Amino acid sequence: MDRKLVVSTSPHLKSPEDIQSIMTDVMVALFPATLMGVLIFGYQALVTIILAVVAAMVTEAIILRKGNLFGDGSAALTGLFLALVLPPSPPWWVVVIGSVVAIAVGKHLFGGIGNNIFNPALVGRAVLVVSWGAHIAGDVWVRPQPFAFMADTVTQATALSTYDFSLWDLFIGTVPGSIGETSALALLLGGLWLLYRGHIEWRIPGAFIGIVFIMGLIDGGFGMGLYHVLAGGVMIGALFMATDMVTSPVTPVGRLIFGFGCGLITMIIRLFGAYPEGVMFAILLMNSLTPIIDNLTLPKKFGEVKRSDA
Amino acid sequence: MLIVYAILALGLMGLLFGLMLAVAARIFAVEVDPRVEAVKDAVPGANCGACGYAGCAKFAEAVVSGEAKANDCIPGGEETVKAIAEILGGDIETSVSPVATLFCIGDCFKASDRFVYDGVQDCAVAGEFNDGFKNCSYGCLGYGNCVKVCLFDAIYMGKHGLPVVDEEKCTGCGLCASACPRELIQMLPPGEEGYLVLCSSQDRGKTVSRACEVGCIACKACVKVCPVEAIEMDGKLAVIDLEKCTDCGDCKEKCPPGTIHRRSAIPSEADALAAAAEKTAESA
Amino acid sequence: MGSTVFKGGVHPDYNKEITATMAVSPMKPPSKVVIPLQQHIGAPCEPLEGIEVGSEVKRGQKIADSTGFVSAPIHSSVSGKILAIGPYNHPLGSVLPAITIEPDGEDRWDESIKPGGDMENLSAADIRNIVREAGIVGMGGATFPAHVKLTPPAEKPIDVVVINGAECEPYLTADHRVMLEQPEEIVFGLKAIMKVLNADKAVIGIEDNKADAIRVLEKAIEGEENISIAHLHTKYPQGAEKMLIQVTTGRVVPAGGLPMDVGVVNFNVGTAIAINDAIREGKPLTERVVTVTGSGINRPANLLVRVGTLVSEVIEACGGMKESTMKLIVGGPMMGKAQVNDDIPVIKGTSGILALTDQDMYLAESSPCIRCAKCLDGCPMFLSPTGIAQFAEFEKYGDAEKLHAMDCFECGCCSYVCPSKIPLTQWIRIAKAEITKAKKK
Repeated sequence: MDRKLVVSTSPHLKSPEDIQSIMTDVMVALFPATLMGVLIFGYQALVTIILAVVAAMVTEAIILRKGNLFGDGSAALTGLFLALVLPPSPPWWVVVIGSVVAIAVGKHLFGGIGNNIFNPALVGRAVLVVSWGAHIAGDVWVRPQPFAFMADTVTQATALSTYDFSLWDLFIGTVPGSIGETSALALLLGGLWLLYRGHIEWRIPGAFIGIVFIMGLIDGGFGMGLYHVLAGGVMIGALFMATDMVTSPVTPVGRLIFGFGCGLITMIIRLFGAYPEGVMFAILLMNSLTPIIDNLTLPKKFGEVKRSDA
Repeated sequence: MLIVYAILALGLMGLLFGLMLAVAARIFAVEVDPRVEAVKDAVPGANCGACGYAGCAKFAEAVVSGEAKANDCIPGGEETVKAIAEILGGDIETSVSPVATLFCIGDCFKASDRFVYDGVQDCAVAGEFNDGFKNCSYGCLGYGNCVKVCLFDAIYMGKHGLPVVDEEKCTGCGLCASACPRELIQMLPPGEEGYLVLCSSQDRGKTVSRACEVGCIACKACVKVCPVEAIEMDGKLAVIDLEKCTDCGDCKEKCPPGTIHRRSAIPSEADALAAAAEKTAESA
Repeated sequence: MGSTVFKGGVHPDYNKEITATMAVSPMKPPSKVVIPLQQHIGAPCEPLEGIEVGSEVKRGQKIADSTGFVSAPIHSSVSGKILAIGPYNHPLGSVLPAITIEPDGEDRWDESIKPGGDMENLSAADIRNIVREAGIVGMGGATFPAHVKLTPPAEKPIDVVVINGAECEPYLTADHRVMLEQPEEIVFGLKAIMKVLNADKAVIGIEDNKADAIRVLEKAIEGEENISIAHLHTKYPQGAEKMLIQVTTGRVVPAGGLPMDVGVVNFNVGTAIAINDAIREGKPLTERVVTVTGSGINRPANLLVRVGTLVSEVIEACGGMKESTMKLIVGGPMMGKAQVNDDIPVIKGTSGILALTDQDMYLAESSPCIRCAKCLDGCPMFLSPTGIAQFAEFEKYGDAEKLHAMDCFECGCCSYVCPSKIPLTQWIRIAKAEITKAKKK
């Protein structure tokens, strides 16, 4: 026998799924929300999205010194995430800085893919909010003008500043807000796709949304509970940001705790804090607790319960 | 008015904490020999462990207490020894740092493989898995455990599947030698003179020649030809004693597989790639 | 019992349809057999007196045995002359002593081969002895000597026998075929096992992708009140001891414990047939059904192969191996062993021979862990494979042990699902080896 065989330890089969295919799946899941963002907020939203994605990919390619811009797709995804949580028309340089910070600081300073403690897109946004708040929060929210692609922008207060939008508008997404966060419908479609593909699990979004609803309910009744779930960044946060694989716990119980914490902090900030919205800080705070949650909630191995009974 | 309060409050707190720290520093002060600090600054500070102490700070203490000698710091070389001598006074006992040398030239073109290994990329693991993927069970596996431990960026993995030592950067600390599971790296005094048998195989000649084009086949031709008896057989491997070697080069001439090379002319990555290119051109 | 399911596990491509409909056919007698002296878990055998180079042996003749309790004797699978006794390539990846025999082509049976008698007249001890003398080991691949399982300590009575017909390994169809073709033999073997152990219940677990086998066996157990069939959900590793016992009996084997701790033993369907053959015909275990498959095999088949036949000859009998073959595996693709070459003998535990090409498998470089937790979700033992692997990588074996590395039975689900293609199972194996080494010191 002349040919050389490949020899490895078992198993000899590998699932066809790899990092790139997961990233692609998540991008597919974000497509409805992205589309809704562009339809509702017009061409400026599209420009913001493209800017953020390209800046993120270029930053990653420079840091990794690789010619392949798309790579494993994680940088493009981070850029897309960042764009979706930005207002529709911030100045171009704010978007670029956000993307660069997200990739360089949020991801590669911690050691690259898999090693970042915080969700990179949220790190980018947090830096922008703190440094150029006037462009990111405050009087920047564009009034939704569905299908008026080239319309001039008019600003308006967000759903969490005034609390006077209808639940239906919140569900469809025709309210002022970040590009990708307004349409609960589109986000739900994406979330269902991720659930179907097995990339997220019900625990984090379930606990997150559940707690937000319950606290809203206590604060202002059933309608207010739903309002809190649909308004602002809860849907995109619970379905996409908090479920980011790298920065969320790996254990089942840990995921429940994580989702619970995210929801709790979000509502504390919303109801009692100075900011109208708290999803970003809630997720970032819980990100920092992920390692300790993981360590404390390791699952019991098969047969362990039985033994302690005996 | 608010800003005044803020400045006052922060200023007061700063003052208070500063005072507390100052008091604590007095009460809990630890006597440190200033020379220890000076020696610590003089050594390279890579914490490589070549001196046998747990890090550069411990080494500095040991030197000052007279327990260790200044030239125990191998990466530091002459400069460090002089600097330490200046701090501590006394005689200067310099030593030259050795250089890492790989005793295997069976690159991925010259040494044949038994199978394609797929798994954990680590020399020790790959070496234990079915005795390694090479036909030679002594040769370099090329997964770079030596590269991973080097603190000075002095080794990189060549395209020919063998690690390449940058002699300029190598400090002679020996971390790579102890990281190699097949013990292929030796620390030798620097120099261009003298010849070496660049193989570590203890296999029989027949086995070696089947596994590798350039392995020592234990024919003893070099032992016989050496005019100064500098070459001895260590089992199935010829070993040249550099101290006895007169740099005549007769052994290189006689070596059938071409395992022996002068230290100034150890086959480089470029040589290996050129030879491989030539071979493919011939066969094509 | 309805379809039940264990937690964890994965769904690889099963690719069983390649050989599932092919009846078992006996392979033509080999030109040479190499019978390793270690084909089971436990003490290796020594050649018997009179077994030396040049001596004649008959088919079924015992040629090697051991005094150890956890061991099984070895028999010649052909009649012929001993060519050599010495080290030979072993499918487990090393070179181990083996007896090489050149067949004389006559296939004369040894005189000692005679039926063991009626089951009614045989005592438990008799059957146990027959099983031991026949050299029967677990045929699923674990090769644990069967008579040892039939000898539980007195303080651990067995009340349920579980027969493993799950065959959860992709590609393999050997068990599937024997269930279709020899249901009566399986039931007979099972009854013998129940008699020895004095067990009053038995369950045959079969994955629901083998509906025809379930039907055939249901027919075979008609009238047997204490034997039932469990329809198992198709999922890997359904055939693993602990998972199988959980879904068939509802009992959970304690961590670090054995099935007998919960009053259960389990046997592979092939083992039941071997026990049947030993009792009814007196035949020792000298041949077995092997699935030869994968896209690298020209004519895949289920073959009845003599123990000791070289894999190269088996592949030759299946039309040879394609040039594009990347990997040759003995056993299943999830837990089998990749081979360096095809010059290795088939042993008692060889359930399959697989030649994989790039249609079945691919090579991938590993990337950093992205903490997707798919390995935790896939681990049937509920361990943290990525955690153990990371500790192993940094040689923190004590910490790896705290994550229960030793409870891993190396089913390979974690490596299979990992999107970063990290060789998790290999890291865990390394950790296990180092922990064992440290304990011995």
